Amino acid sequence: MNTSWTRRLVLALAAPVSAFVFAFLLSSIVLILSSYNPIAAYSEMINNAVKLESIIDMLNEATPLYISGVAAAIGFRMNLFNIGVEGQYQLAAFAAAVIGAKVVLPNGLHMLFVMGVAMIVGGLYSGLAGLLKVTRGVNEVISTIMLNSVATLGIIAGLFPRFLEEKADGAVGLGTTPLAETAWIPNLNGVVQIFTRDIVKGRKLTGILVVAIVVGILYHLFINRSRLGFDVRATGMNPLAAKVGGVPSKKMILLAMGLSGVVAGLVGLPDLLSKSHSYDQGFTKLRGFAGIAVALLGRNHPGGMVGAALLFAFLNTSSGVLQISKTASSEIVTIMQGIILLAAVVAYQMVAQVRQREEIKAASEATGANA
Amino acid sequence: MSTAIELIGITKRFPGVIANDNINFSVEEGEIHAICGENGAGKSTLMKILYGMQPADEGVMKVNGVEVDFSSPTDAIAAGIGMVHQHFMLADQFSVIENVILGSEPTTVGGILDFDTAKTHLAEVGDAYGLTIDPDDFVSELEVGERQRVEIIKVLYRGANILILDEPTAVLVPQEVEALFDNLRELKAAGSTIIFIDHKLQEVLEISDRITIIRRGKSITTVNAADVTAGDLAELMVGEELPSPETTESTVTDVVALEVQNITVLDEYGRPVVHDVSFKIHQGEVLGIAGIEGNGQGELVDAIVGMERPLSGSVYLGGLDVSLKSVRQRRDEGFGYVPKDRHEAGLLLVAPLWENAALGHQTKPPFAKGWWIDRKGSHQRTDEIRERFDVRSPNADVAAHALSGGNQQKLIIGRELIGDPKVIILAHPTRGIDVGAQAAVWNEIRSARAAGQASLLISADLDELIGLSDRIVVMFHGKLVAELDPAEITPRLLGSYMTGAALQGGAQ
Repeated sequence: MNTSWTRRLVLALAAPVSAFVFAFLLSSIVLILSSYNPIAAYSEMINNAVKLESIIDMLNEATPLYISGVAAAIGFRMNLFNIGVEGQYQLAAFAAAVIGAKVVLPNGLHMLFVMGVAMIVGGLYSGLAGLLKVTRGVNEVISTIMLNSVATLGIIAGLFPRFLEEKADGAVGLGTTPLAETAWIPNLNGVVQIFTRDIVKGRKLTGILVVAIVVGILYHLFINRSRLGFDVRATGMNPLAAKVGGVPSKKMILLAMGLSGVVAGLVGLPDLLSKSHSYDQGFTKLRGFAGIAVALLGRNHPGGMVGAALLFAFLNTSSGVLQISKTASSEIVTIMQGIILLAAVVAYQMVAQVRQREEIKAASEATGANA
Repeated sequence: MSTAIELIGITKRFPGVIANDNINFSVEEGEIHAICGENGAGKSTLMKILYGMQPADEGVMKVNGVEVDFSSPTDAIAAGIGMVHQHFMLADQFSVIENVILGSEPTTVGGILDFDTAKTHLAEVGDAYGLTIDPDDFVSELEVGERQRVEIIKVLYRGANILILDEPTAVLVPQEVEALFDNLRELKAAGSTIIFIDHKLQEVLEISDRITIIRRGKSITTVNAADVTAGDLAELMVGEELPSPETTESTVTDVVALEVQNITVLDEYGRPVVHDVSFKIHQGEVLGIAGIEGNGQGELVDAIVGMERPLSGSVYLGGLDVSLKSVRQRRDEGFGYVPKDRHEAGLLLVAPLWENAALGHQTKPPFAKGWWIDRKGSHQRTDEIRERFDVRSPNADVAAHALSGGNQQKLIIGRELIGDPKVIILAHPTRGIDVGAQAAVWNEIRSARAAGQASLLISADLDELIGLSDRIVVMFHGKLVAELDPAEITPRLLGSYMTGAALQGGAQ
């Protein structure tokens, strides 16, 4: 039994590892062609990555990527392509920033209130796409892409100027009124410093990391352990068989879309609760699309997406270092991310075929032995 | 006359199934040759091999006497073979001429589409074969029968002289069928060879010159249409060498388990596919529904289990009106359902056996504990099913696709029967499985009947229907047209009811 277990682990890791190696080799060629030294570039990246401050950066970057990955994965598990995480999280963060700045609540409760607003807005906005699909048969890819534009270019762009901070001297700020300190999430520097040295250079490990971990655990429990999660997966694997098995398909679409949006609502929170504390010009965008890549690379798996989010965060945080040290152009990082993703999709498919063949063989052996 | 197509020993295997097993027949030039067999008999695989969509594992195929080896439909088209699919492959927003030239567009210098040449050629083809259609009509505005004509013209335009038609009448109303047959006769007169795949016996007899029967992947025989009756064909299609599915003495009680009242279902075009159907099934009774496929059985079952809401009518389960309840509520009230296509509607092929066993029961113990899936309970119950229903598999964690068809079917039967449902609906429960698994499934149906469950059995296997049912009703064009006693009927007589021949002739 032990050997088959290790074999399964090897098969599970074969795809991401071979994708990574392939991407590594191909990126080296790109680097050489653009007359950089790949070894120098990689060692610069690794030297940077092992610094405590860089690790903090990486974790801060990985946190929203992971949450965004989970949001996309909830839809993917049901073959629902929620491309709208981007618009959902931006709208959610904007609404939470505006509403959160207007209320006065005790410490902690205020923070939970902001989170709640973000989740509700995200859920309602993605639920709209679900509703369109259920009632009018609109493909969710189309509707969520269009709703992205409606949210970012329409609602936020239209309303943003009306909610700019009015400063005491009558001047207008660059973002919404900052949230009161009661809504800030404590950073985790204290926890890290128990095990290591003091964190310097003003780095703060976001408390949203805890939220991301909770989201990951809840996602696992929901998808793999709950009855509703079973319905979601069954519908994803074979919608007709699920329907025959009594799964109410329309309700499931609304539920999966809604939950996906609820989680998407959390993606913008690091900015809001632990960074700028307002929705401003510098609000971090494009995390919704990055989440799709994380979900793809992590195979919608709660643990797999941790690895994917960390890898993407590592590459993102490396780009600046490469630029500064002049060991490579920072764009190489984007190229690497693209190659890894493409290679991973191919590798997963190949491993799936090997696995399927082995299973059929094992099953026919068992049948033969019993017959 | 020379031979247009000759197949010698064509064999095609899929994991666990032999779809085509040593198929031999030949089609003469200029004849209309029907290929007849139940669904799942291997017709569609054979057709895919003929058209180059799948390679055969063994065997030789000759076109006009020359051995061929198609690797894609392009090769088949080059050899003069054209195919008219059952589901039309037309772009609705395009005009007829645009659809016809799609993929082989004539162009002038510089890559400009040459519609004049195309229309001239189209007119030539139309004149030669007596097919008329306005090249500028949009496909979206055409009737179903006209769309089919476009498909046929499309094939002829590409120079095909051997046409394969895959169940061409499935989507047509009777008048359209007549028009299609007139067209086919003209094509034949113009020298084309036509291979006509169907299982509607009357139509086959009307249009074809010769008929090849396929049963369980084997070519049984080729007969002259003039020499046989629909009853002969039904018998040939179903075969009589199968193990007997006889049941023992009656266990029918007078307690009604399932009552269906005045169910009417409309198809997407608003035509009734199930027309005012009513029946009762008692505890311990098996009611068989006989009928050629496509006469409304599938839609009737969908209405009973709650997959689709009928236009009108009611369903009572043990006296309880479930007409407005969902599939899940009906299952929880005591419905079991074995769908006709286990891959399409029965299984989560990539999921482990235990999840497949849970499907449909995921709301109740032992599969669920409150809001959670009970993995341990599910595994135990799955092992019970594997044991009791002889599902040959290494363990409960292996994916369903790794099992052979027979074992997959036993898993589904086990899943549906182990919860002791009040009513079990069995749609083609032994289709496409080997004889051993078939006997096992029959045994389970018998013991469920003995245990007082009520069963609704739909099958194209007439021996199975006659052997297992306590009563048989015949469904024809959406209506129940006869109720028969299985003790007094032969497959041949049943076949004549199914084709409507007995009704038209006023027999019985």
